[in-house]
Amino acid sequence: MNLLLVLPIFLPLVSAAILLLIPSAKLQRWIHIAACLAHFAASALLLCEVLRKGITASQLGNWPAPFGITFVADTFSAMMVLITGLMGFLVAIYSLDDVSSEHQKRGFYSLYQVLLMGVSGAFLTGDLFNLFVWFEVMLMSSFVLLALGCSRHQLSGGVKYLVLNFLSSSLFLTALGLIYSVTGTLNMADAANILKSSPLGISSMSAAMLLMVSFGIKAGLFPLFAWLPASYHTPPVSVSAIFAALLTKVGVYALVRVFTLIFTIQVDFTHDILIGISLITMLTGVLGAAAQYETRKILSFHIISQIGYMTLGLGFFTEAALAATVFYIIHHIVVKTNLFLIAGAISKLKGTAELKKIGGLYAESPWLALLFLIPAMSLGGIPPLSGFFAKFALVKEGVSLHAWLSVFVALAVGILTLYSMTKIWAEAFWKASPNENGDFGLGDAPDPTPTSSTTPSLPSLPASFWAAITAMAAVTLAISSWPQWLFDLSERAAAELSTPSHYIQAVLHSKQ
Amino acid sequence: MNSLLLQVCARITSPLQIILSLILLLRGHNEPGGGFIGGLVAAAGIILYGFAFGFHRALCLLPLPPISFIAIGLLLAAFSGIPALLAGQPYLTGLWPNLSIPTFLAGNLKPGTPLFFDLGVYFSVFGTVLLMLETSTKNENSP
Repeated sequence: MNLLLVLPIFLPLVSAAILLLIPSAKLQRWIHIAACLAHFAASALLLCEVLRKGITASQLGNWPAPFGITFVADTFSAMMVLITGLMGFLVAIYSLDDVSSEHQKRGFYSLYQVLLMGVSGAFLTGDLFNLFVWFEVMLMSSFVLLALGCSRHQLSGGVKYLVLNFLSSSLFLTALGLIYSVTGTLNMADAANILKSSPLGISSMSAAMLLMVSFGIKAGLFPLFAWLPASYHTPPVSVSAIFAALLTKVGVYALVRVFTLIFTIQVDFTHDILIGISLITMLTGVLGAAAQYETRKILSFHIISQIGYMTLGLGFFTEAALAATVFYIIHHIVVKTNLFLIAGAISKLKGTAELKKIGGLYAESPWLALLFLIPAMSLGGIPPLSGFFAKFALVKEGVSLHAWLSVFVALAVGILTLYSMTKIWAEAFWKASPNENGDFGLGDAPDPTPTSSTTPSLPSLPASFWAAITAMAAVTLAISSWPQWLFDLSERAAAELSTPSHYIQAVLHSKQ
Repeated sequence: MNSLLLQVCARITSPLQIILSLILLLRGHNEPGGGFIGGLVAAAGIILYGFAFGFHRALCLLPLPPISFIAIGLLLAAFSGIPALLAGQPYLTGLWPNLSIPTFLAGNLKPGTPLFFDLGVYFSVFGTVLLMLETSTKNENSP
């Protein structure tokens, strides 16, 4: 059990170091894939272990709980580590043919491993200060991944990303100081134990709000989400796909962890704020997407609106709503990552991701069209697919709580999401390619040479692209076909989240 | 910078700094010192040599490029926690075999697993500082 808790962090660290030592690019690729596969396998074993034995904890260095560094895995964090491993592996396959040799030389593979390490660490740590450290590990590696290549728009997106995330980190640190002054501990379980009895004072309430803002920035909640659409469309596709899969979800995870474990006294205040923010986030995100015409920008705005759904479940704060949140996170990670990969495949085929300049993909590559349709319809929440079950669980809980406004917004945003997905479908796949029909220029009348020269030799997609995209679509289909299986897991995770005493017990009274 | 005075001094002080850094590393577990400060002092030795004889030549003294030092340091630190796991303890628990090696300058040395962690920190810090040096002086001709 000690070993399994450490492996999702140990493996990426060791592989990052080994990748730095190995000069051969070919060998690096193999190690990269093997390391991601090992990480995935280790996280799967961890989830099995947690399912069998319940919440497990390990005290690093054998210092007892409130003083030492605690690593904890409950069902929720083990699920998050597993989905991290899966996405890490599949995006790694995609990256084989996506990342330029310049990126490889500058340490793309090592940074990718460090990113996986930071994300896994954030999911597994049981200590608030350690969470801060893992956030920083993640931030540093992701910033370098974002800026690698140093093109102009990458740097302008990267600076926004960096500044807002530094702001978030400093708020986080301030909140940690406040919590430490009130409770004298930064161990999450210990702090929860101390704060659970009395109503929150001015310091602890300020800490709660600071943490909400700080994690809200990381998660991409309204109003401080500007870093996300500014930066996600600039780096190579595999980088933005792994960002879309993991970075914001770590923010959501931290919100869920802190607001189910530590600040649960004044739910009518803190969680009502969360509901309000979630609703505005959903609306602004989806409306922002409606205005965009670049595929990855549309998708970036959709991440924001979908994050709103996840935190809405946290705001409801019932066991069923938390289960819906967990289900939503898992479903969303798979679907959104796949959409980013497909957006990459589209721009690889067409040379651009501007929807106005492309078209006719359905005729050229019907399989890609089908593979796009699965995650896109799932994101919109069309019945047999996984997104439907996620939204259904959430809306059902909203109805039973008589939260009519939330229900209305959730449904309306679902329709608008569908609108955006239909826009990509209609523009990229359905309509005729603009360079075949001369009348599509709408009076701009550009000279035909630059566009028409691309049509005759359509580049084909490498096998690794197909493998990654198909595998992710298969995961979505699997969730859609057997949603009960994931629901059981989510309910188990939600049950643990809503009775924090088990978590506290596991951390403070674990033998090792 | 072509100064005879500096060159003579650096020839003597640089090796001394490396030795001092090792002393700091070895006494570091219970007394002031440790891997971090040791790594800095060792890197300062190389940098002093670089000021006297040119950074390119200073970096040529190293058996490995700076980035490999970082990688080796990370590996050492990561694996220093493994023996504890094999002994059934949590990761990174300090294990102290019943050994004591006399050293001349840093007292008696107890080679426990935390020493390897410290050594990892030492190499990582050393490599990081020199990597910064390498990147910032890349386009500079040796004096």
